[in-house]
Amino acid sequence: MLLTVDHLSVFYGSIQALREVSFTVAKGEIVSLIGANGAGKSTTLRALSGVVRTEAGSIVHDGTSIAGLPSHRIARLGIAHVPEGRGVFGNMSVRENLEMGGYTRSSREEVEESLEQVFGLFPRLAERAHQFAGTLSGGEQQMLVIGRGLVQKPDLMLLDEPSMGLSPLLVSEIFRMIAEINKAGTTILLVEQNASMALAVADRAYVLETGKIVLEGMASDLLEDPKVRAAYLGDETG
Amino acid sequence: MYALIALGYTMVYGIVRLINFAHGDVFMVGAFLAFYSVEKLHLPLPAVFAVAAGGSAFLAVVIERVAYRPLRNAPKIAALITAIGVSLFLEYFTALHQVFGPNYYAFPRPFQVVSLEIGGITVTNIQGIILLATLVSLGVLQYVVHRTKVGRGMRAVSHDDVTAGLMGVNVNAVISFTFALGAALAGVGGVLYGIAYPQINTFMGVMPGLKAFTAAVLGGIGSIPGAVLGALIMGQSETMTTAYLSSTYRDGIAFVLLIAVLLWKPTGILGKARTEKV
Repeated sequence: MLLTVDHLSVFYGSIQALREVSFTVAKGEIVSLIGANGAGKSTTLRALSGVVRTEAGSIVHDGTSIAGLPSHRIARLGIAHVPEGRGVFGNMSVRENLEMGGYTRSSREEVEESLEQVFGLFPRLAERAHQFAGTLSGGEQQMLVIGRGLVQKPDLMLLDEPSMGLSPLLVSEIFRMIAEINKAGTTILLVEQNASMALAVADRAYVLETGKIVLEGMASDLLEDPKVRAAYLGDETG
Repeated sequence: MYALIALGYTMVYGIVRLINFAHGDVFMVGAFLAFYSVEKLHLPLPAVFAVAAGGSAFLAVVIERVAYRPLRNAPKIAALITAIGVSLFLEYFTALHQVFGPNYYAFPRPFQVVSLEIGGITVTNIQGIILLATLVSLGVLQYVVHRTKVGRGMRAVSHDDVTAGLMGVNVNAVISFTFALGAALAGVGGVLYGIAYPQINTFMGVMPGLKAFTAAVLGGIGSIPGAVLGALIMGQSETMTTAYLSSTYRDGIAFVLLIAVLLWKPTGILGKARTEKV
């Protein structure tokens, strides 16, 4: 397993945000975490990348325990956390944002190569390379954070709500990119409120409810599950 | 010279949103280190600059580690009050006889003062050295912030420290580095002050500190070019006041400037409006 999370608990003050969450991600997979607003999806990612402190439980990445490490150390181990929508450095140009993704990589030529790849994948970013990131549209900022995550050259990419606030057209474009990135060899843990898209692209999925995992299975099975259809896919007849 | 101190305020504010009131006192410690280097150790001038800058940087890193870091996530007001506390501590602790002592000390001139006349303007070599040291420091700073990796880290942390951490930036190390860099500039400022106004004591940092803070606010706090611009305006208005009114009004004018800026343009000349993060 590339990532094994076991009985993970997280508190915000006295409020328990995650209750003994356990799941795994195998190399090469796309795994989705779905659930309603406030179910603990983003908190799970923030715990994995060291942004919030874990209270109990273990997180093992590629044989190394990473629970409790500061986020810059976790980033250096090959986990790229792509934060929700607007996590761009607005005071830097698009190009500088992408270069930040290569902050820990030693070879300038390799970073330059990754930048070219990202520009190839998202031509719109290439057009706006010298524009301040803060002036981009929501969709372009989303492309930028994903692109920046790619420059980090991770083995595991944590994607937080990549569809948030985007038009349906852009959403399908972003999800096409996610599938493509995965095909190129990056394992993906995806957190989404847009359950139908998240299940369509994923191999397996977990359903979070008030900080607990209540369902898990193959994404295609969950798509057919009447409970999931009723709760997350807006299926009235379910 | 205000520019050198103002830069420290603006850099630290830019990265941790804290007005480091102890900054003027770090400048004072820099001047005293220079004083001992010249008086007791008879070091050559470049070494004096190095000792003052290095010592100040070390002191600032210790202050950040001990006093500010534990309060990083505390309410802003707690850190601000701590900064005032650190400032008073430095002033009174160093005034003890066992440390620097409470008296005024004559700063020895490390060289002869020579006046030159260039095109009708009289310039002393002291002014020349001040100008040169300031320009060199500014050049180094610009290079560090815009051309180096740690500079990129600084700008990233300044915008969003959590995301910077996700990029693999060691946020604590970058913050320590920022404090060190700002303090090193203040240390250089301390040496220049000692050379220009050859009398130092442990409260000498208060006025220049407040005025440099005013300069930073005037230029737009958090902005490096703003700090330099603010310092230039500040220095000019003081000189003009002394020349055309009376030196008694000098300090008054400086703070009238501060109040005026806060009333009419709180973001300063080059500052950006910035909503507080909740």
